[in-house]
Parts: sequence; structure tokens; C-alpha cells
Amino acid sequence: MTAVAEQIGNWLESFTRQQPAAPWLQQLREAAFQRFVELGFPTTHDEEWRFTNVAPIARTNFVGHALACPPNSLPPEAQQHLAKHAAFDHHAFVALNTAFLQDVTYIHIPRGQVVEQPIQIVYEAAGGAEPAVAHPRTLIVVGADAQCSIVETYSGAGSYFTNAVTEIVAGSGSVVDHYKVQLESPAAFHVGAMFASLGRSANFTASSISLGGALVRNEVSVVLSEGTEATLNGLYLVNGSQHVDNHTSIDHAKPHGTSHELYKGILDGKASAVFNGRIIVRKDAQKTDSKQTNKNLVLSDEAVIDTKPELQIFADDVRCTHGATIGQLDAESMFYLQSRGIGKQDARSLLTYAFAQDIIDRVKVPSLKDSLERILFEKFHERAH
Amino acid sequence: MALLEITDLHATVGDREILKGISLTVDSGEVHAIMGPNGSGKSTLAQVLAGRELYAVTGGQVIYDGQDLLAMAPEDRARAGIFLAFQYPVEIPGVSNMYFLKAALNTIRKHRGLAELDAMDFLELVRDRMKVLDMDQALLNRPVNAGFSGGEKKRNEIFQMAVLEPRLAILDETDSGLDIDALRTVAGGVNALRSPERAMIVVTHYQRLLNYIVPDYVHVLAEGRIVKSGGKELALELEESGYAGLGILDEEEAVGKA
Repeated sequence: MTAVAEQIGNWLESFTRQQPAAPWLQQLREAAFQRFVELGFPTTHDEEWRFTNVAPIARTNFVGHALACPPNSLPPEAQQHLAKHAAFDHHAFVALNTAFLQDVTYIHIPRGQVVEQPIQIVYEAAGGAEPAVAHPRTLIVVGADAQCSIVETYSGAGSYFTNAVTEIVAGSGSVVDHYKVQLESPAAFHVGAMFASLGRSANFTASSISLGGALVRNEVSVVLSEGTEATLNGLYLVNGSQHVDNHTSIDHAKPHGTSHELYKGILDGKASAVFNGRIIVRKDAQKTDSKQTNKNLVLSDEAVIDTKPELQIFADDVRCTHGATIGQLDAESMFYLQSRGIGKQDARSLLTYAFAQDIIDRVKVPSLKDSLERILFEKFHERAH
Repeated sequence: MALLEITDLHATVGDREILKGISLTVDSGEVHAIMGPNGSGKSTLAQVLAGRELYAVTGGQVIYDGQDLLAMAPEDRARAGIFLAFQYPVEIPGVSNMYFLKAALNTIRKHRGLAELDAMDFLELVRDRMKVLDMDQALLNRPVNAGFSGGEKKRNEIFQMAVLEPRLAILDETDSGLDIDALRTVAGGVNALRSPERAMIVVTHYQRLLNYIVPDYVHVLAEGRIVKSGGKELALELEESGYAGLGILDEEEAVGKA
């Protein structure tokens, strides 16, 4: 208990040192902090965190985040949405983020507006002498029938903790393509939770590309409406002693929704990864069509993957499929490449790259696709030589 | 010295012995046909020569161009000029044919002390080779063998051979699954590559292919041993009397009769 009190104590100190905010925000922060204190950091006894031990985060005394500017003023329509989609009552990290809510990256696409160019949001943690914490908060509100692509990138140097929350509201008939690119430093902790409320007949894609970090949790949570189409793509690469946990939740709340989910993982060294894919089909959500696939390529004997589908189906006229695979590089493919003169290590990297290819092919932002191809090529090439 | 000298080669898969003492000498410029019923060890011999780790060599030796072939990794054999046209070419989704072949060619060229080809020169070379094999250029941009028909896969093997220009080509049942038109095209591609500097080992179950690729020597393999060797007329003899005429049990025929 003392340890827990100590952990909370450090956060309390930072919390009380925060600059006061407007009353509505101050109230929100206080409620969230109160909840955080009640919840405490999750442990591996918590089913949701069974395979991810956040003790290294809990026991670190992070220095307060370095944002010097005063809390910005959010327009009233943003206040309407802020913290309404990312519920913190059962989520300690979301509660913590909300308790330290200061700056919000707010993007609003008006009704019917088509934004041709991708919108880039870059969160970069500056490395300091002591580990720092930041709680980036993003709110994206897309009006009915509007279209946009958003790329959120997380990177940094040194040792730090990024605790990010993103809320997305996609209006009816909107087309939203969201990318989260996690390129944190090798010593970083990253917990990022994204919550999307999707309108009627909206078409939403969430792609999570997770390449960096020491201890990482990526959460994607979407709630569908009638006729909504949601696509969740994911790629995670772990090596060394990295740990990456992907938790997704697809909530079919209304009829005629479609969801496609494909997450692929490449594991090497002593690394570990988790895929937990929850699909909820509510009683009203008849004619739901949902497909979930998780594929893992394990390159070493010591890497560990825990993959688990979690289907909660309350409607009777639905189609839901799920499948998970864990495999090694195919010996026949290796021999085929080698028999053409390609060296063993190059053949390994070529096949590893090929495994990730279909996720990269789904990236519709050309500049992002190019840079991911380059990063992956270098990563595998580096491993090969 | 002969290009390839196989002496008393034994190989097993698991605890089953498949090759039970093969001896064969192949010189540059020669085309050797290896015929035999299913299960005789033809494909095993082809794969052992290319370095497939699935098979364990338990005896004998193979000298290729003065080197101990069995001590070499598959990629080193390829770089030294050995090419295996697979009976069942492997589909590799996610790797483009073009990228794969360029990487292979440049690795081999580097080994031969030649300059790597740039994209333009490479494209010119592959276009030229594709024409000979009547191949659709669109195949270049597709993943290796993925979604190819049986005939396209076989053509692709010979196309790769035409680009990589090996010193010893081993064709493992390149004729199986080909219709007569495709067989003519593929055989034409192979014949175009016959040269005094190049040797070929053509593995086949049926004599048909040898009407188009006429061998200098024919060897009949049965139960892991070469039971008869001769000139091209031996293939015709087999066509007349079947393997049974040589007193060889053909699993396929035996199953058919059972």
C-alpha cells in the first residue's frame, strides 16, 4: 500500500502544481484525478492488463511535463466533445491524461468539406536528464459527409513516458482515414488510447503502426452506428526486450455495420507482444458483418505472442469471423530465394518485409507509405547485416 | 575435369533412404535426361544438388567445378552457377518478381566480378528474355509466382534461368502440367540456352519433353539408383515398353492397376 501511496503521491504533487484552468476544465481535471487515485495503476491481475506489466511506469518518478504555455481556450463545440468519448471511469491512464489536460490538439472539419492533403500531427518528446511525462490530447471532429486523412506520429529521444488520448467523432457519411505511427525512442514508455464514435454510414479506417518504444500499449476503440464501415489495420514490430500490447474494441451498436480488422506482428529477440481484439455485437445490431484476423511472424525462439479474440455477440443474424496465426518463416520460400543466389540473411529480411507488405499497401497517404517502406527496409536490412 | 562429378551419393529424408548410391558425370555442353517412375528419387537428386536442407546427405561426394558442392550453402551454389527450375515453384506474396530477380541477378553478377545492372539495363534484359518465353510483362510487377497458373509458374522458372544464365541448369519436371503449346514454348526457351559452356540435367517422368529437348544422355533411375544409361534412343525405348519393360515397378502404374 505504501508503494501505491508513493506512486500516487508523486502524481498528486504534479497535479497540485498545475496552473489553474477555466472552471469547466478544472472540474474535469479534478474528477479525472479523483478517479485515477481510486483506480491506481492497473496490475496484471486486471484482465485487461494481464500480459502487460506497467510497474516500470508506476514506480518511475517522472518530472512534470514541460508545457509552459497557459491552457488554451477551446471553442464551445469542442468542449461538447472533449472527454465524452474517452471515458476515464475504468481506465487509469485515460483518467491520468484527463487530469493533466492542458493543451488539446483540436481539428474540426466542417460538414461536407473534403480535405485533400493529409493532416499531420507530430508529438515529439524531448529527452532530458530525468524521465519526463507528457499527456498529449487530440480531438478530431469531422462533420457529416466530410473527408480527411490524419496522421498522428509519436517520437522522441531518451527516456520518457507518453500517455496519449485521442478522441475522434466522425459525422454521418464522413470518410476518415486515421493513422497512428508510433516511433518512440527505444527507452520510452507509451500508452496511447484512441476512441472513435462513428456516425451513420461513416467510413472509418484506423491504422496503427507500432515500431518503437520499450513498453507500449496501443488501444483502438470504435463504436459503430447504422451502416458504418470500420477498418482496423495494425502492424507491430518488436525486437530486443520490447513489449507491445495492442487492444482493440469494435462495438457494433446498430444494425448493418461492417468491420474488418487485420493486425500483423513481427517478433524477434526476447520481445513480447499482445493482441486482444474485442468485438461486441449489440442486440440491435442485426446484419453485422465482422471479420478479424491477427497474424504473427515469430523470428526467434524466445519471443512471445499472446493473441486473443474476444467476441461478445448478442444479436442472432450476424456474420462474425476471427482467426489468429503464429508462424515462422517458410522453409520452402527461404530455399527458393537462396537457390537464386540470395543470401540467407537477405532472404530472411525479404520474407519478413513481405509479411508486413500488405499492411503497408493499405496506407493511402503516399508520403507516409514511402517513409514506412524506408523505415521497414532499413530495420530489416540492419537486422540482416 | 568434368563440370559435375557425382560419386556414390546417398541421401535420406527422416530415416528413409531415397538416394542409394548415385554416380553421374556431366560435362559442359551436355544435356543429361534423368528419367524414372514416381518415387525413384529424381526430384530428390535435383534438390540435393541445389542444397535443400530437408534432405540429409549420408554418403558419397559431389564435385562441381573442382569444389566440394555438398559443403556449399544453397546461395553459394547459385552464385557458382547452379540453377534449379523447381517442380513446384513457391509462391511468395509481398515480394515482387522484378525486385526478386534483380536482387538475384545482381548478387550473382557481383560474384562473377561483373558490374551490377541498373534499373534500365535490367529492364532491357528481362524484356528480351520474356519475349523468348512469350511471357506477359505484367507478371514482372506481380508477387513471385503468386496467383500464377501452373504454366505461368513453369515459364517463370525458365525465364529466371534465361536471366541468371547458369553453368549447370537442373530442370525438375518442367514439363509436368504443361499443355503442348506451353511445352513447345518452354522447350524453345530451354533450347535457346543450350551452349558449349552450359550443362543441363533434365528430370522427367515422361519421354514427351525429350522430343523437344533432345538429350545427349539418358539415365534411368529406380529406387534411388541409376539402373540404365544410354543415348537419346533409351528414352524412345522407354516410351515403347514403359518402365515395366526394364523390370521397374512404376508406383503410378502399380496404383492404377491395383
